[in-house]
Amino acid sequence: MKTLYSPTHEYVKVDGNIAYIGISDYAQHALGNIVYVDMPEQGDDLTAGEEFGAVESVKAASDLYSPVSGAVIESNEQLIDNPGLINKDAENTWIIKVELTDPSELDKLMDEEAYRKHCEAEAAH
Amino acid sequence: MNNGDIKTTCLHDCHTALGAQMSPFAGFDMPIQYEGIAEEHLAVRNACGIFDVSHMGEVTVTGPEAEKFVNHIFTNDVTNAPDFKIFYGMMLHANGGTIDDLLVYKRCDNNFLLVINAANIDKDVAHIMEQAKNYDVEVKNISDPTGEIAIQGPDSEKVMLEALGLDCKDLVFYTFMETTLPLNGAPVLVSRTGYTGEDGFEIYSDTATTRLCWNKLMESGLVKPCGLGCRDTLRFEVGLPLYGDELTDEITPLEASLGIFVKLDKPEFIGREALAAQKEAGVSRKLVGLEIKDRAIARHGAEVILPATGEVIGAVTTGYRGISVDKSIAMALIDSRYAALGTELQVKVRRKVFPAVVTAKKFYKKSYKK
Repeated sequence: MKTLYSPTHEYVKVDGNIAYIGISDYAQHALGNIVYVDMPEQGDDLTAGEEFGAVESVKAASDLYSPVSGAVIESNEQLIDNPGLINKDAENTWIIKVELTDPSELDKLMDEEAYRKHCEAEAAH
Repeated sequence: MNNGDIKTTCLHDCHTALGAQMSPFAGFDMPIQYEGIAEEHLAVRNACGIFDVSHMGEVTVTGPEAEKFVNHIFTNDVTNAPDFKIFYGMMLHANGGTIDDLLVYKRCDNNFLLVINAANIDKDVAHIMEQAKNYDVEVKNISDPTGEIAIQGPDSEKVMLEALGLDCKDLVFYTFMETTLPLNGAPVLVSRTGYTGEDGFEIYSDTATTRLCWNKLMESGLVKPCGLGCRDTLRFEVGLPLYGDELTDEITPLEASLGIFVKLDKPEFIGREALAAQKEAGVSRKLVGLEIKDRAIARHGAEVILPATGEVIGAVTTGYRGISVDKSIAMALIDSRYAALGTELQVKVRRKVFPAVVTAKKFYKKSYKK
């Protein structure tokens, strides 16, 4: 599956018309121990660029922004009791599974190489 | 030290060398965490952690009317107190709102040390100076040349002796001693105080001595460096207030359930009439503990709702997923009609509403050595 990234550190793994959305390893590292994930309900509509939930570390809550538009098929129920799974393996622990309504939005996202440069630039600030 | 807009403490380079995550707090660039908030929190609960709290403010009050003056600006009662005793209390506006919460150290007759919050140094010093005009006292702000380290946790007494050569076994809770540090002969003030709910000490000294103490403590291998992140989770779990959250210019100590530190039987202090009237009438809002029946975390500002009507009856002042207590817990200032233990309420976190129940705000038991 192809992995793409948003500037706000969410990733999208694309399988045909289905997208798995989570946060990048860089993001989980910056957040520290994750203690709660606020996820949308099945059937909720997402709009690219808009907030759809939050991940919370001990210190703070960070909003999640959807990189794509679509409808939520499923949220990852394992995260209800084990939010720390994200710290263990962020890029293989999706938060929501979404049916894409506009696959052309994927063209605006970064590939791995572009995202790595984005993180380096951010860390330099 | 002042680099542009943000101040640094005398230990700033020690924190960056340790790879601390730094962030502005109360005008200072302070360490929020080194290894991680949870690890540092548990080190203090189970062993020993050290904190750079050099950002705190220190003000001396001396002169023939020092006791009378401290009693005028402070809610607790220092009348005829023994030397080396420490009092916790507040400075109030005339309307009862809280200017700051602070510690008052009585060194001897006519000589007191006030320890105030970093965020309030300018406001407090202006207030104290203004009030001092009518008293025969000298007020000095010694915040900049004074460094402070907090040593906190059950191993603290042993650490003080082994790392610094300071024998503190006879130092009683909320008292202090003025001694010299064996390492360099410099004067240090050592108190058995802290802000974590654990046994511990705070050392005040000149900044060079603060650096020496920090380095010796770190070299001892007996302590973990701890940031302001876990300082907040530790104080919160044992129900201690933080100025800016549980106390503000608009919140009185009675509303914050801190009435035992307000001595209304004193003949006079600023805010006394307002608080006596509030006590007589009963407080209309009260600080409570909340346990949220979900993993969701209700943080500062989250609305507290009455389930029957949907009415907003208050707001969260501090909230966390507890570290020593594995629950989502919060302190909230709410309409006092709904403050009884066990009352079922709701909290709003972003767009969702979760059930919550009123509890005691001491979520974790303090283990002071008294």
